[in-house]
Amino acid sequence: MNTAAVQERTNYLNESYGLKSWLLTKDHKRIAVLYFITISVFFAMGGVFASLIRTELLTPPGDLVSSETYNKLFTMHGVIMVFFFLIPSVPATMGNFFLPIMIGARDLAFPRINLLSWYLLIVGGALAIFAMVAGGVDTGWTFYTPYSTTYSNSYVIATALGIFVAGFSSILTGLNFIVTVHRMRAPGMTWFRMPLFVWANYATGVIQVLGTPVIAVTLVLVFCERVFHIGIFDPALGGDPVLFQHLFWFYSHPAVYIMVLPAMGVISELVSTFSRKPVFGYGFVAFSSMAIAVIGFLVWGHHLFVSGQSLYAGLVFSFLSYFVAIPSAIKVFNWTATLYKGSISYATPMLYAFGFIGLFTIGGLTGLFVASLGMDVHVTDTYFVIAHFHYVMVGGTIMAYLGGVHYWWPKMTGRMYPEGWAKLSALIVFIGFNLTFFPQFILGYLGMPRRYHAYPDEFQVLHVLSTAGASVLAVGYLMPAIYLFWSLRYGEVAGANPWGAPGLEWQTASPPPTHNFDKIPVVTQEAYDFSKVAGEVIEVG
Amino acid sequence: MGTRLPLFPEQASTISAEVDHLLYFLMAVSIFFTLLIFGAIFYFAIKYRRRSEQELPHSVHTGWTLEIVWSVIPFGLTMIMFGWGASIFFRESRPPDNAMQIYAVGKQWMWKLQHMEGQREINELHIPINRPVKLLMTSEDVIHSFYVPDFRTKQDVVPGRYTTTWFEATKPGKYHLFCAEYCGTNHSGMIGWVYAMEPQKYQEWLNGGAAGSLSAAGGALFEDLACNNCHKPDGNGRGPSLVGVFGSTVKLAGGGTVRADEGYIRESILNPAAKVVEGYMADMPTFQGLITEENVVQLIEYIKSLGPRPGQGQPGQAAPAIAGSIPSNR
Repeated sequence: MNTAAVQERTNYLNESYGLKSWLLTKDHKRIAVLYFITISVFFAMGGVFASLIRTELLTPPGDLVSSETYNKLFTMHGVIMVFFFLIPSVPATMGNFFLPIMIGARDLAFPRINLLSWYLLIVGGALAIFAMVAGGVDTGWTFYTPYSTTYSNSYVIATALGIFVAGFSSILTGLNFIVTVHRMRAPGMTWFRMPLFVWANYATGVIQVLGTPVIAVTLVLVFCERVFHIGIFDPALGGDPVLFQHLFWFYSHPAVYIMVLPAMGVISELVSTFSRKPVFGYGFVAFSSMAIAVIGFLVWGHHLFVSGQSLYAGLVFSFLSYFVAIPSAIKVFNWTATLYKGSISYATPMLYAFGFIGLFTIGGLTGLFVASLGMDVHVTDTYFVIAHFHYVMVGGTIMAYLGGVHYWWPKMTGRMYPEGWAKLSALIVFIGFNLTFFPQFILGYLGMPRRYHAYPDEFQVLHVLSTAGASVLAVGYLMPAIYLFWSLRYGEVAGANPWGAPGLEWQTASPPPTHNFDKIPVVTQEAYDFSKVAGEVIEVG
Repeated sequence: MGTRLPLFPEQASTISAEVDHLLYFLMAVSIFFTLLIFGAIFYFAIKYRRRSEQELPHSVHTGWTLEIVWSVIPFGLTMIMFGWGASIFFRESRPPDNAMQIYAVGKQWMWKLQHMEGQREINELHIPINRPVKLLMTSEDVIHSFYVPDFRTKQDVVPGRYTTTWFEATKPGKYHLFCAEYCGTNHSGMIGWVYAMEPQKYQEWLNGGAAGSLSAAGGALFEDLACNNCHKPDGNGRGPSLVGVFGSTVKLAGGGTVRADEGYIRESILNPAAKVVEGYMADMPTFQGLITEENVVQLIEYIKSLGPRPGQGQPGQAAPAIAGSIPSNR
């Protein structure tokens, strides 16, 4: 069809061929593609585990798989989805691809380190997969001690080592982003002209660099206790099991923001482009990302309200947790206000953005429930918490991820995705998601504990609804996998700027040339200035 | 398939209704904001839909007023949530003084409960209604969590220390008891029932069990383990007298004091060198691995039963200041 037209120009895809040209590339765009392929595989694995979990939970007794297998399934679902999909998701793919282009740079600051960080994810992932194939791990993705250090007879060390190695991938990506934003902005690209996607990834980089070493140290301590029986967490060896929870959540709560901040950055881009307006309250949205990055480090203790930590620690952590809610609320209000008097397109990425705002709102509001001490005592470790964080992680991050993939797909591949199918899949994802996870709020308040292989009969109706929703959701996720692949060959040729968007990434060819720009752009306008999108639009209203 | 579709758990304890009222408030706020956001998105998306591919809207200038309004109002609301939740938590964390005490020990994968009167139960707990019940809990292996949804109470049960929870059942019935902290293979089998009973029924149930009291069992154990060789009641042993020690303030070797509660006594049995009483040597052997958590509980109750010594109750008074003890040479 239009193959010839796409390949007329030299771009990052056709500049060289062969496996070696990919595996040794230092081009941030090619590395982003490597990440896309890698984390898509991980997402599919995590999804298969989730499907098996939901199928087991169709009936109250544990009858499809054994308890041991069930425990391994939810552990591996969590480990794969958190450490090998959600944490790299937006930054390693779209961040890698677009952060340099959006600030007018030719690459990230450290291209070799960028490639190294991909290899680290591969090595970490290989270790985790080895652990699964060898026999699996059954500690839950939270690795609570002393179960993980003393009692579990599964592949804890291999899994922990995999997460340890993958953590360095995350640290290096964050470091690379921070340095790039500081040092490599194009002339005229001041801090407050940067797209909000860049701000969000910058804030994320700060968390990755400051937080991830703590989980690395914690896993080393688990290793020391499990292998050398050095008493750190197990009281039988003189350790303190709750210390582990403090260390674990000191990273893993900020990690929630590693997962959701870049997604928020994507939403800022989508809302602006498809309303043809600058994001309302640009400065507030930018600073709210930084505020979340900072305050996010002060709230870890809200995971420990019933752990036996002191009453007053509980009070302080509950109080601080409400502070982190405000910047998130500010973002939601500003995105909504951006729509006001806009020119709103219903293109697929915007449908995902609407989905994100709605689901993240519910995820965020239910966060207020679990931050409230008296409420959390009842709902912690129940399906209420499962529903809450899936609304944020799946309803939030994955909706934004899919929205971003559709938005930037024409730029990355030079081809459009099929709009009709994409709209249908966005709708199916939204319906399937809510059917899967909304019943879990009710289940949780009723008292259904998480990580239960078998459960009392009265919870069955809600579990059946949830499983039905998961089936719908699976269809919604499979469709893009098929039509995006199809579009690589048969999609309409996109052109440089199919959305009429003002960002620098739309001012270069699709797909971009290897060095991103033929000439380094000089930036003379604010972010999201649609008036300068040449000749494509006229003023109305 | 189960035909029941409950949407709310029963309100079976004094705290249940309070937690539910907080839930209603949180739900009201959430529904309001969800409708506000969803409504605004739908309204704007339809009203300002793109009518021509060429249109360019005027940009709307950002004002500080709006930003401040939609930061301050939600913040005020969250502070109500914080205060309300905290006040419930305070009540949940502080058992009333008149609460009856029951010991709970979690182990993979069962709950063992011991009443003061000596009744022992596994995966079942019988309690009277209209009377606060305090659980003093520990684990023999990994972390568990004692969760009764109909009471809205949950507390992790942690190895190596005691944690407490309390509740006051308000209506007779049979309520789920779950382990809420993942504890290994058969975690979902670590469940049971709490039977809340009319007080006289509870008394009948208590009388049905023939076992001797906890403290009597502890007394026998105290002799079997030869604790009495050193901990003589008159204080003329290698260890301090334990008469009246419970609840007192103990002076420690090397300075400092500790309140002799259940946690301290448990630690002194399992890890005697951790806090040595002033004037004594750290020469007691550990009983870690030799006795079970249930044995520890029996010993604690025996020590409690040794009653107050005459003249006890002066703050700062060293409990075992007894002549004839071996002087410490540390």
